[in-house]
Amino acid sequence: MRHLAMENMPESYLRYTQRKVFIICLLFLLTILLGVYAINAGSAKLSPAQVLLTLLGKAEGHLNIIIWNIRLPRVLAAITAGAGLSVAGCVMQSILRNPLASPFTLGVSQGAAFGAAVAIIALGAGSTHSASADAVIINNPYLVTISAFVGAMVTTMVVLFLAQIKGVTPEAMVLAGVALSSLFSAATIILQYFASDVQVASIVFWTFGDIGRASWRDLEIMAVVTGAALIYFMANQWNYNALDSGEETAKGLGVDVEKIRMAGMFVASLVTSVAVSFLGIIGFIGLVSPHMMRRILGGDHRFLIPASSVMGGLLLLASDTLARTIISPVVLPVGAITSFMGAPLFLYLLSRGYSKR
Amino acid sequence: MMLVVDKVEFSYSSRPVLRDIRFEVKRGELFSILGNNGAGKSTLLKCLNKILKPQTGTILIEKEDLSMLNRREVARRLGYVAQRYESGRFTVFDAVLLGRKPHIKWGATPRDLKIVQDVLQVLGMEELSLRYLDELSGGELQKVVIARALAQEPRVLLLDEPTSNLDLRNQFEVLKIVKKAAKERNIAVVVVMHDLNLAMRFADKFLLLKNGTIFACGGMEIMTPENIASVYGVQVAVERLAGIPVVVPL
Repeated sequence: MRHLAMENMPESYLRYTQRKVFIICLLFLLTILLGVYAINAGSAKLSPAQVLLTLLGKAEGHLNIIIWNIRLPRVLAAITAGAGLSVAGCVMQSILRNPLASPFTLGVSQGAAFGAAVAIIALGAGSTHSASADAVIINNPYLVTISAFVGAMVTTMVVLFLAQIKGVTPEAMVLAGVALSSLFSAATIILQYFASDVQVASIVFWTFGDIGRASWRDLEIMAVVTGAALIYFMANQWNYNALDSGEETAKGLGVDVEKIRMAGMFVASLVTSVAVSFLGIIGFIGLVSPHMMRRILGGDHRFLIPASSVMGGLLLLASDTLARTIISPVVLPVGAITSFMGAPLFLYLLSRGYSKR
Repeated sequence: MMLVVDKVEFSYSSRPVLRDIRFEVKRGELFSILGNNGAGKSTLLKCLNKILKPQTGTILIEKEDLSMLNRREVARRLGYVAQRYESGRFTVFDAVLLGRKPHIKWGATPRDLKIVQDVLQVLGMEELSLRYLDELSGGELQKVVIARALAQEPRVLLLDEPTSNLDLRNQFEVLKIVKKAAKERNIAVVVVMHDLNLAMRFADKFLLLKNGTIFACGGMEIMTPENIASVYGVQVAVERLAGIPVVVPL
C-alpha cells in the first residue's frame, strides 16, 4: 500500500460530510436560542437579561422560582424527550426496514402508557394531591418506568415477532400497531374505572402528553437513559447503515442481524418508556424528525442519528412553546400539536408508497 | 489453494438441499456455479459465506476453518454480493465505504477513504461519488455493490447472479470488472450464473449443480452438449462462433 498523505483524501467527499456536521451544529444552536426564548415566554413577563442573570444565579426570589422550578425543567424535558423519541424512531425505521416505524405508530408508546398507568393506579406509585390537571404526583419514578418498560417491551416483542417470523409488510406492521395501541388504550380506559376522579382527569390529559409534568428528578432519569441510549446507537451506526442495504448484504458485511435488531428494539423501547412514563404519549415526533433529517442529510446513520436527536429536541421544544403561548394562558397538550404536524406527514408517506427518499 | 470445500451437506430442517459438495478454487481464478433454478446454487454460496451453516463438511479459506471464525472475521476474508439488495438514501461513496465496515472500529480512517476512492477510480465511477443510489441506473447500482465488496479487500469474492437484470453492455462490463479483480488482486472469485454463454466467456472453471449435488466440475472440457443437456434438461449444441464458444438450445 502506498504512503497516504492528507492531500490525497477525497476532498469533495470531506466537504460533503462537513456540510452535514455544519447543519447539525446549526440545529443545535437553534435549539439553544429557542430554549432561551421558551424560558422567556409565558404568562409571567421576563426579559432575556433577567433569564440570563437567573441562570447565572444572580437574581431575586420569585424569578428564581419561575425559572428554576417551572420553565427550565420544562424546556430541558422537551429537548430530552424529543431527542429520545426521535432517535428511537430513527433506529426502529432502520432495523425493522420500515419507514413508517416509530414508537407511536407501532404502539410501543401506548404500551408504555398502559404500563405506567398500572403502576400509578394499581401499584400505588402515584398519589393525589390537588384537583388541578397535574394532580397526580409520581412518588416512585423507578416503579413507573419499569412498569412502562414492561408494557413497551410486550408491544415490541409482538412487533419483532411479526417482522422476523412472519415477515409482514411495513403497512401490515403499522396495522398491527393500530391494533396494539387500541388494545392498550382500551385497557387504560378500563383501568380508569378503578381510579379516583382526579386520577382519571389526569390520565385523560396524560394520553395526549404534557411536558410540564417533569420534575428535576424525572429529568435526571430521562437524561441518563436517553444519553446512554444515544451512545449505544452511535456505537452501532455502521450496523444500521449495513442493514439499510438489505439483510443479506448486512450479514455479508459481518453484522449479526438478529442480535442488532433485538438489542436495538430493546434500547429504543427503554427510551420510549422513560419519556412516556414522565410526560405521557407524545405522538409522531419519532416519525417526523428522522424523516426530515433523512431528507436533508441522507440515510447515513453516522450523521442521521445525532441529527435526528437534535431535530427531535428542537421540534418538541417548538411544539411545546407553541402549545403554551398560542392561546396563553391556556396550555394546550403538546401531543395535539405534534399530531397536527405528524399525521399529515404520515398520510403523505403512505400515499407516496413510502420510498425511502 | 484459496478456497477448499470438502463433503459439505446442508438441509433446511429435514429437506436436504446440498449433498457431498467438494471443490477447490485457486487464487486469481473465476469459478462459476451453474445449474437450474432450485438446484441449490444460492444456498451453496450462502454456506461459503457462513450466512447458512452446513450440517457437515469443512470449508477452508487459506487453510483456516470457516466454522471457527466469527461473522466479522468472515467478512474480512469474504466479500459477498447478494442477489437482492436495497438502495437507501446513501451516496455512492458512502455505500462503498460501507464495505470497510468489517475493518472499522469506530470511525473511518483516511486509509479507508483512500481505499474507497481507489476502488471507485478503478471502476471509473469517481464522477458518481456524491450521487445518491436511488438516482442510479441498474447497471451503475450493480457496479456500486461490487465496488463495496472490493473495498472490503476480501480474499474470496462471492457473487450471486451479478448480471441478472442488466442489459448486454452492463453484463459484459460487470463481468470484465470481476475478471480483472480476480487477476489483479489475485483473489478467488465464485460466481453463481444463469447465462451459460457469459459463463463460458469469462469463467476459468465450472461447477454443474444438479439437485443439490455436483454433476460435473472442471474446465472448458466439461461444458459438453451431453453434460449441459442432462443438467438443464434441454438439448443443446456447443459451437464456436468467431472463436468464441456458444451454447445454442436445439
